[in-house]
Amino acid sequence: MTNWLKRNQKNGSFLAAPTVVWLLIFFVLPLVIVLVVSFMSRGRGGVAELPFTLAHYERSFGIFSIILWRSIGLAALTTVVCLIVGYPLAFFISTRRRRLAQQVTLFLVILPFWTNFLIRTYAWRILLGDEGTINGFLIGLGLISEPLSLLNTQFAVLIGLVYGFLPFMVLPIFASVERFNFRYVDAAHDLGANDMRTFLRVVLPLTMPGVLAGCALVFIPSVGAFVTPDLLGGTKGLMIGNLINNQFGGSGNMPLGSALSIVMMAVVMLSLLVYVFANRRDTGA
Amino acid sequence: MRQGLINEGAMGRNRVIRRLGSAGLWLNPVFAYFFLWAPILILVLFSFNESRSVASFTGFTLKWYSNILNNVMGAESAFSTEIMLNAFRNSLFVGTVATAISTVLGTMIALAMARGRFRGKRLLDGLLFLPVVIPEITQAISLAIFFKVVFDWVALISGERMFPGFHTIIAAHVTFNISYVAIVARARLADMNPQLEEAANDLGANPWQTFWRVTFPLILPGVISGALLAFTLSLDDFVITFFTAGVGTSTLPVFVYGLLKLTVTPEVNAISTIMMVLSTILIGISLAMQGRNASRA
Repeated sequence: MTNWLKRNQKNGSFLAAPTVVWLLIFFVLPLVIVLVVSFMSRGRGGVAELPFTLAHYERSFGIFSIILWRSIGLAALTTVVCLIVGYPLAFFISTRRRRLAQQVTLFLVILPFWTNFLIRTYAWRILLGDEGTINGFLIGLGLISEPLSLLNTQFAVLIGLVYGFLPFMVLPIFASVERFNFRYVDAAHDLGANDMRTFLRVVLPLTMPGVLAGCALVFIPSVGAFVTPDLLGGTKGLMIGNLINNQFGGSGNMPLGSALSIVMMAVVMLSLLVYVFANRRDTGA
Repeated sequence: MRQGLINEGAMGRNRVIRRLGSAGLWLNPVFAYFFLWAPILILVLFSFNESRSVASFTGFTLKWYSNILNNVMGAESAFSTEIMLNAFRNSLFVGTVATAISTVLGTMIALAMARGRFRGKRLLDGLLFLPVVIPEITQAISLAIFFKVVFDWVALISGERMFPGFHTIIAAHVTFNISYVAIVARARLADMNPQLEEAANDLGANPWQTFWRVTFPLILPGVISGALLAFTLSLDDFVITFFTAGVGTSTLPVFVYGLLKLTVTPEVNAISTIMMVLSTILIGISLAMQGRNASRA
């Protein structure tokens, strides 16, 4: 028995080794290189060269801070909108009495998700364009005579992000509501709490793990979004992901792109820390 | 038992729903489902529209679909049926190879994490978790810079210039797939009774026999689910492929991106519709397979 355990212990690290080596080479090392490059100067053709400099970070927090804040703001707004739409929707799905109805309503949230992200985003170009479906519809009704400019705005990016990540909010909240015992509501009422109080003191706290997970799952990919602002945002809806992408083209600046990437990663790590902290406080662990 | 709880809680539940605004609670799903489905349905609808406009539907036609198949598109269009099919083949090739490698690596690390006892496991946990949460664009540019640096060094040392291609795309895909395979396989391992392995050992099986005769058959459904997930992610990935692909190795999403960036044309709507149908069929099949596996296990 002990012999078996010992052998397995040895096997354990032996089994992990190839994967660890792979991740060190293709995941950790590239990130380390990005970190180093972000402190280097821009050479000819946008590549990195010595000497080391802090110039790219100065620019990241200087002239580019407006885009940084816009990205954080849009991601935060996306999270709030997803929460407002997704929380009641998760309740709607999990309170379907018949199992089939529950499966169908859940399926209807997941199914659009199976379409490639590019195509789902592109669909909004059809809807929002100057000669798009929404403008065509409104002009046809005679409500407007000139097309509204909807595409290539921050509004379009917000819509696209909410559309792209709404299921990330619904699914964890749904899982939380599924575990929620509705008898607690009766108990709260019997103890004299009104509905509002019951919601704020009982329902919301007990579904909080799902809410927190949903917020993290929506906020993180939204901050780093590249496809959505690229297809829907134009210059007005430019986000940090596009800015990074632009540094890798013809007139690019790799060190600047790297610095922006590191800043973005810092934002993501910070929001993860907030999530872990909030979750720990919430579960009281 | 569970049903009983719900029914007893029904009164309280109804009260909460009422308070939140029963009208609002009905309007919310109506709005949400409309929001989720309208763009897709409109995209499909206008792929059958007779005029090129996406503002109003003038009549039914299949000509955009036949244009795709017969390669008849405007002179300014970058589209060609041949390039599209080539991109699709590239996608399948990259997906297959990346899935094979990442399934082996992901399953191995899942086994090591579940059964092994070695130092640095918590650190390894974090390392496995990171590729899932890190923004795609960060991973994409880090790999792009990494391959550039490596190729520069190779050129410096051997004098031979390497270029990005299938090897760089596959390496990138394996890297982001490992974590997903590991997560799925670990969930399966956690459900498994480790005493079965001890029993096999007590009955004289060596670790190799124990693995292939006991552990592997039991975790196979998890491994298959992980592989299917990896394949789907690989086929679907755009950002990381975009930054690691070389000339002539574009996958289908990279090809589609090129089309979408240019303009809204009815042919693009038709291609999008075909892709939606294909991915729905693909995922439908994989879910059916998973269902079969789950019921068999």
